Amino acid sequence: MSTNNASSSRASDAPAFPPWRSRLAHTPAKLWVGLSLFGFWLFIAVFGAWLAPHGMGAMVSNQVFASPSLAFPLGTDHLGRDVLSRMLIATRYTVAMALAAAVLSSAIGATFGLTAALVPRFVDIGISQIMDALISIPSKMMALLIVAVFGSSIPLLIVAAVATYAPGAYRIARSLAMNQAAMEYVAIARCRGESRVHIALVELLPNIFGPVLTDMGMRFVFIVLLLSALSFLGLGIQPPIADLGSMVRENISGLNQGSLAVLAPAIGIGTLTVGANLLIDALSSKHDD
Amino acid sequence: MHSPVLRLIGRQLGSALITLILVSLVIFAITSLLPGDTAKLVLGQFATPDQVAALRAKLGLDQPAPLRYLHWLGGLMTGHLGVSASNDMPVSTLIAQRLPASLLLAGITTLVSVPLALGIGMISAMYRGRLADSALNVVTLAMVAIPDFLVAILLILLFAVHLGWLPALSYISSIHGVGDFLRVYAMPVATLCTVLVAQMARMTRIALINELDSAYIEMARLKGIGPVRCVLVHALPNAIGPIANAIALSLSYLMGGIVIVETIFNYPGLASLMVDAVSNQDLPLVQACAMLFCAFYLLLILLAELAALLANPKLRTR
Amino acid sequence: MTESISASRFGESLTVSGLRVVARPYRGAPETPIVDDITFSLPAGEVLALIGETGSGKSTIALALMGHARRGCRLADGRIMLGEISVLEASERTLRGLRGDRIAYIAQSATAAFNPAKTLMAQVIEGVVIHGQMSRSKARDKARALFAELMLPDPEHIGDRYPHEVSGGQLQRAMAAMALISDPALIILDEPTTALDVTTQIEVLQTFKRVVRERGATAVYVSHDLAVVAQVADHVLVLNQGRVCELATVDQIIHAPADDYTRRLMEAARPTTDKPADRDTTDSASHGEELLRIDHLHVGYGPLGEDGRPAHTVLENLSLQLNTGRALGVIGESGSGKSTMAHAIAGLVPPHNGGVSFKRRELPYALSGRDQQQFRDIQMVFQSADNALNAAHSVRRILERPLQRYFDYTRDERHARVRELLDLVHLPSRVLSVRPGALSGGQKQRVNLARALAAEPSLIICDEVTSALDTVVSEAILNLLNDLRRELGVAYLFISHDISTVRRVCDDLMVLRAGRCVEYGACPTTIDAPQHAYTRQLIASIPELRTDWLDRQDFSSG
Repeated sequence: MSTNNASSSRASDAPAFPPWRSRLAHTPAKLWVGLSLFGFWLFIAVFGAWLAPHGMGAMVSNQVFASPSLAFPLGTDHLGRDVLSRMLIATRYTVAMALAAAVLSSAIGATFGLTAALVPRFVDIGISQIMDALISIPSKMMALLIVAVFGSSIPLLIVAAVATYAPGAYRIARSLAMNQAAMEYVAIARCRGESRVHIALVELLPNIFGPVLTDMGMRFVFIVLLLSALSFLGLGIQPPIADLGSMVRENISGLNQGSLAVLAPAIGIGTLTVGANLLIDALSSKHDD
Repeated sequence: MHSPVLRLIGRQLGSALITLILVSLVIFAITSLLPGDTAKLVLGQFATPDQVAALRAKLGLDQPAPLRYLHWLGGLMTGHLGVSASNDMPVSTLIAQRLPASLLLAGITTLVSVPLALGIGMISAMYRGRLADSALNVVTLAMVAIPDFLVAILLILLFAVHLGWLPALSYISSIHGVGDFLRVYAMPVATLCTVLVAQMARMTRIALINELDSAYIEMARLKGIGPVRCVLVHALPNAIGPIANAIALSLSYLMGGIVIVETIFNYPGLASLMVDAVSNQDLPLVQACAMLFCAFYLLLILLAELAALLANPKLRTR
Repeated sequence: MTESISASRFGESLTVSGLRVVARPYRGAPETPIVDDITFSLPAGEVLALIGETGSGKSTIALALMGHARRGCRLADGRIMLGEISVLEASERTLRGLRGDRIAYIAQSATAAFNPAKTLMAQVIEGVVIHGQMSRSKARDKARALFAELMLPDPEHIGDRYPHEVSGGQLQRAMAAMALISDPALIILDEPTTALDVTTQIEVLQTFKRVVRERGATAVYVSHDLAVVAQVADHVLVLNQGRVCELATVDQIIHAPADDYTRRLMEAARPTTDKPADRDTTDSASHGEELLRIDHLHVGYGPLGEDGRPAHTVLENLSLQLNTGRALGVIGESGSGKSTMAHAIAGLVPPHNGGVSFKRRELPYALSGRDQQQFRDIQMVFQSADNALNAAHSVRRILERPLQRYFDYTRDERHARVRELLDLVHLPSRVLSVRPGALSGGQKQRVNLARALAAEPSLIICDEVTSALDTVVSEAILNLLNDLRRELGVAYLFISHDISTVRRVCDDLMVLRAGRCVEYGACPTTIDAPQHAYTRQLIASIPELRTDWLDRQDFSSG
């Protein structure tokens, strides 16, 4: 019958998805550079501690700010410790804390964002007003405030980062969820008598998951920068443990000798964040090419 | 025709004020959540209960929190910001000493970065997809993620340590004449501009490209309008709102960046005062500095919103 | 006097041969042609219509005539001669000089094509001033004259307004002024009336036809609507998937289409005036049980006023009755409140006042007050198939969800039922595993229908279900709706802006205007003998597939 013909003739011009192989071959250099930089630091964060030839606090040389040598490939620091070993161990703190804070921020943001899209308007307005106030506090001010009051243990630093970045994650997730909630498939689900929880988790969440993940990546980058900056100011992670930011601070006096003890960790943070940023950009812009 | 605009502006002012009050509430709430007792903290663990009680009364800590908040808020409005816990000087005096230097640094940075960023953003948008755009895109993408202290370290290493052209630390008291001024401010401003320019340029580009993709631009091109005029005359007026917003958002980054830059270059500004206050747990000073930075930021956002409002004929004429 | 000087400039002949435009779907992909081997020639002063469905490449060709290709596309091959000028060989600079001077363009949506930040006048005269064709003040005078000729209200001052301050139909006229101000040799009209309501469309169409004819300009008119094309064109070029199907005079296309595809288009476009055999014209109240009954319904939004009514009224004093297995069509132009009515019945928009009963039981306004049985019994199908299906779910998941909610099927029963549903809407079972993004528009609408049918409802509310679809596809969906009603005895509340679709499906007809019912009665009688002036105007505004239809219409435009 004629109805059938019409539909099947159209089926042939359904969008064709290219094979992933040819797609991958044409992905920009951004992706590869980002992937290798970020992959490298992720690897160090996971396995670095086992690869380190010396302990974090081991004073292995009586020369401070020593130049690179076979024994100490990145030289020694202001106390004569092995810079390479310290970096291998410190990376874990930098990456893990930021990752934890980014995941928590996005999870909190997405939860509240989805809630705001489905609850009565006045609740949404209330949540949004508070989040807007939190967003209006510049990120480092918020972190400084929390550190000033509560000090800087690892859990509190994570709390500070989450308090700083969860409101932004909320704003993104809320607008994504609102856009989806305005679509007709949500109206259909409501007319089907579905609960709010079902609509949030089954209908909306899968549609905002990708962008929320991208946003989480951005937040990871910002949180690495924030926590490193706090450490650099001496307000972050406290000795005897160190992250890359506090290594830069400790050895800042070596700067006028051009010591690797200050340069290497600083470049380490830079390559981590730049790599992550390139990777996120390459992954998220792949869709609209 | 003017009254609806005034009403809209009034509404914006009102909502900014509400946000400012909420911000002050958040700042006060965080600082009064302090575990333990400020008085004990200040006096140390050997203080007698009487001494603690006396200090609590002096600091007003024996009053209930809402009353303390109102008292603090009243102080903020009248310029009585309390006394610094670490060196017994009035907070307002300390801030007054440091504020002008920070404002100067922020002002110069804004003057340098905004035109630069707008230019780069417009060039990227105009040459979208071509080599210039792709190159600028990768560079700015990398630059937004670079930690500011890395930029500062590299600049110091190159210009102060290796070339010896510029001083590694900013002694603003030693400025005599324009040459000194430039030498002192070159590196701090360049450091702040790196991330700032990249961020604003990217957002400007996106705002413009959003407009360039619209049907009215295609129509303009089909009317025989050249690409430069399309960007400047057609797209730009529509992109002013988002661009102003992007600039305001980026300047919030400036407030954070200034903290790092003042510390690393030993620049005697408000931000380094705040960092010291945080290290010393000098809460009255921290509160006041935080409030000042937030108020300044809110002011910027408000200005951006007003700019967007005035640029949009739909809002303007309705 | 401008006319006498420029009359000689008017109407260049247009020759296109072997035109090919290619696109790269993504970076690094091979280029695929969007249109290929397009050849035609158009004598000076005549009008050619490019006709085809979505994706046929008609707009691509129209833009190529101006030497323009959209992002990601490239003008790959062929020749375009406008008089002595070779468009494709012209430099960017020459092209810029041609556009807005010798060649003018009228876009589909004037609302989008006008810069919101600039006044109408600034945009209308921009092209000629930039090209140095005339001085600013002369251009302004000419624009005002054109505004008057195009029957825009207050032609002296309308140019000072911003686009958001005038209506869609007026904007479309202002765009015509923008095109005509340079006395172009070739005018390209890209679906210029598609975004307008029918009653506005006819006025704009009459004006366009007059000004193009008076100037003797050569014109290319892009449209998907054969009836509209029949009014304005001398020749018709039928396109299918980027290739020429048929090129002939408009009379030949209408009366003796040679190509198979053209015939199919024609069939779908010709309204079936003969009613299906089982349809009758007697009073519908005598058929079936009462299913849905609405008494004096008021819907509005905004704060409540002193009289207890909301500030903005959308629907006022609406009453209707729909019996089991019957189909009620609701027709109206944009802003008539027809979609709000659907939403109110579905429980998405709370009415302010009035009674709604379903199966002789009160139907609570809000969804939270309704029970499982009522949820199941009332189903909705929306216009935009795109966002009515969850893009993250497979078709199987979409169809199984209502089954899980309303029925206690075992897994196997559910699978069998899903296959049954696919058969009902004529979809192959291989669509089950794919997500909506991989389906065509028609297929998506079928999935939408299947999901509604899965609930085994008594009433399906269809809100503009075919308006986003091409003629041939929508024809198939309408047939399907009729078949389903016959087989399953489901009732429809069928909302549309298009009388001919309503006529195909419905027993009764309600005409809405600005939130009020102006006419309500049996469908065939209402259409054949409308009582209310607005209904008559609405019906008379639908273009018919005759070349002389538009000229016989007598409307006081403006």
